Amino acid sequence: MSALYLLIGISLTVALVFLFAFLWAMKKGQYEDDYTPSIRILFENEFSEKNQPNKK
Amino acid sequence: MKTGNYTQYKTTSAVCYHCGESCKAEIVDFDAKHFCCDGCKLVYELLKENSLCTYYNLNNAPGNSPGVSAYSGKYSYLDDTKVAEKLVRYSDENFTHITFYIPKIHCSSCIWLLENLNRLNEGVISSSVNFLRKETTVQFNSKKIKLSEVAELLARIDYEPLINLDALEQKAPAKSNREQVIKIGLAGFCFGNSMMLSFPEYFSVGDFKGQENLSYFFGYLNLLLALPVFFYSASGFFVSAWKSIRYRYLNIDAPIALAILVTFTRSVYEIISHTGSGYIDSMTGIVFFMLIGRYFQNKTYETLSFERDYKSYFPVGVTIKENGKEVSKPVSELKKGDHIIIRNSELIPSDAILLSNHTHIDYSFITGESAAVKKRAGELIYAGGKQLDGAIELKVQNPVSQSYLTQLWNQDKKTTTEKDTTYVDKINKYFTIAVLSIAFLSAVYWLPTDSSKALNALTAVLIVACPCGLLLTTTFANGNILRIMGRNKFYLKNAGVIEKLSQIDTIIFDKTGTITYGSQVEFKGKPLAEKELQLVASLAAQSSHPLSRKLYTEYAKDKIYEVSEFREIPGNGIKGKVNGNYLVLGSAYFVTGTVKAEDTKSAKVYCMLNGELMGYFSFQNAYRPGLEKLVNTLSEKFKLKLLSGDNDSEKIHLQTMFGESTDLFFEQKPKDKMHYVQQLQKNGHRVMMVGDGLNDAGALNQSDVGIAVSDNTNNFSPACDAILDGSSLSKLPAFIQFAKSGKKAIITTFVISLVYNIIGLSFAVQGTLSPVVAAILMPASSISIVLLTTALTSITAKFLRLN
Repeated sequence: MSALYLLIGISLTVALVFLFAFLWAMKKGQYEDDYTPSIRILFENEFSEKNQPNKK
Repeated sequence: MKTGNYTQYKTTSAVCYHCGESCKAEIVDFDAKHFCCDGCKLVYELLKENSLCTYYNLNNAPGNSPGVSAYSGKYSYLDDTKVAEKLVRYSDENFTHITFYIPKIHCSSCIWLLENLNRLNEGVISSSVNFLRKETTVQFNSKKIKLSEVAELLARIDYEPLINLDALEQKAPAKSNREQVIKIGLAGFCFGNSMMLSFPEYFSVGDFKGQENLSYFFGYLNLLLALPVFFYSASGFFVSAWKSIRYRYLNIDAPIALAILVTFTRSVYEIISHTGSGYIDSMTGIVFFMLIGRYFQNKTYETLSFERDYKSYFPVGVTIKENGKEVSKPVSELKKGDHIIIRNSELIPSDAILLSNHTHIDYSFITGESAAVKKRAGELIYAGGKQLDGAIELKVQNPVSQSYLTQLWNQDKKTTTEKDTTYVDKINKYFTIAVLSIAFLSAVYWLPTDSSKALNALTAVLIVACPCGLLLTTTFANGNILRIMGRNKFYLKNAGVIEKLSQIDTIIFDKTGTITYGSQVEFKGKPLAEKELQLVASLAAQSSHPLSRKLYTEYAKDKIYEVSEFREIPGNGIKGKVNGNYLVLGSAYFVTGTVKAEDTKSAKVYCMLNGELMGYFSFQNAYRPGLEKLVNTLSEKFKLKLLSGDNDSEKIHLQTMFGESTDLFFEQKPKDKMHYVQQLQKNGHRVMMVGDGLNDAGALNQSDVGIAVSDNTNNFSPACDAILDGSSLSKLPAFIQFAKSGKKAIITTFVISLVYNIIGLSFAVQGTLSPVVAAILMPASSISIVLLTTALTSITAKFLRLN
């Protein structure tokens, strides 16, 4: 049964990774605007070597 | 450059390559493309120079026709450090971040161009667009480019940033929303994991012999998971409960906070003392569900604003003449005696005396009256009027904050005399009293025989009888109602409006812009041929007077003739030679030389062609379709009133439509409207005001439910409780009915949730509430309540033909 300690430890760690991924995405404001990026991705990068539209 | 792509847009009829409008008045040819005006051409040139023509490839004619032309120095007030400080998001020595609101953003080309600003000016480092909010955040090097230059750059490519007075006051309200989601996410995470850790306990009750350590391990992990939920996610409930207790009034959060507190303390005690496994999963679960409910209910319409006052309309800067020089200053620094210069179609920011000879002021913004008013030198002009003739000079009489218009807002807000408690609060009060007495009684019952069982029963009752069912029904029902109404283009400010909507007994309508939209032009007299109408349109195209614009848009088809000997006599009319014909348009006196007695009511433009009086164009308000039916349905249940700022030219027509018993009032000033609402409220009526425009702002604010009707919900509308799209006005009775049935749905579901509570209580009073029972009851009741309320409200909506 001691394997349970290990397994639960692992499962919680994995879950925590996802929790932090979520918190990070929230803090970065990824859920603020869910429309513009969908258009932005369609622009061609003609001048990609310089002055790419900078995402922030 | 992909020159080949361009040919496909070059259609035979001249359409502006930049903005897509048909070139009526003039055609500017440049680079083998047509442009409707020099403004469009200039933007094209600028973009071409900087090889930004992808703009035109992404969408056909994506540009904006330049409206108010930006003159250099228009934004110089932005370089005032006090102003800049309030607008700028972040700045250090080199870099500055600023977010501009740009109403003209409308397509993917806009996004593309605005995100490539750095190629137009090297001082701009980057820019990014939030399309839904129509905002652009620009990051620029403040050593290379000034803030005012950034604004000018945007204006030059016809993306004029809108900078209003209220932008100076509040910043970034979005934060709390983000925090709310984080709280939900955290609670969900803890709930899921704690449920997993609790399962072994449930499925092997008492079967942990030899495995106590494992059981303790689960317990402590659970405890760990409970901490962030208790201290962070649930903090809102505690704060709100504490507030309500301090103000000696019981809100729904108080018993919920008590239940969370008791559950947490008892769980901590059980786990640490190794006497049980606690109710951590139930606690985290209920917090999770309640937070979702709150979020669902509070998620409002980001792109709409319900709090606009005069500050949202006023410009930030104004041109002041000082020692013969023109300087741009923030409006808030205007003093009495300042000389200001107001250009064509700018708003007059404060009460001022006209120094220039004469001008026309459009007061439709304040009074709703559509005709422009003529003002002569020395007359007082109230703030809020829009200037229509060239540039004028004025002497400021009152600072902005003390002008006539702003005082409308500064008057005391809604006088809330009656108790502002909702029926949910009332239910909650009885519920809480009942629960507390049951808890107390069961504790007293057990105390003589078994003191530990007494404590057990007391806490169990509090845990199981938390009014979360009530909270869940109200939040989910309200959230769903808000959404369904939103889908029908009726946008409520918050859930509180639903209940107020259901209690209405009197409805007041404004006329212009509310039950009417636009205006209809009708020609009366000798019938005019199509060609002659073109002459009229050609002449009208030369003037910026509202009636001329209307004539132009109504009759201009394709060909616009050149006009010679054009003269405009402000306040009277226009004349000129069009295609060899001498044409005069204007007031009766101007055209015929005599004053007609009955002329003063509805707007009329007389027309004389080659010396012969042809007749007149009359401008009438067009009523919204379905208005008659709407009035009939509403008058069965509500008292109707009509308050109009306009004259009574249409009184007879309106009286027959609204019925004899309806009171109609005309020539009502904004203050009169507000006082009328107040008067009705004093007589115990619950008033709904349906209006538009600033002239209704006071009444909208004073009424119990103020609804702003707007034909374009992205446009400005005054502060109100709800915004209704003009096309949905006919659904108003259904909306009111829906709000009423929402209350029934909430009560029905609440009664059902009581069944769960009673089952739980029967265990609790006996002191035998095991974590398993709690863990089954809690999600079962929560989920069934959520499903039931959503279903009930959706079915009602179907029944009322709301989609």
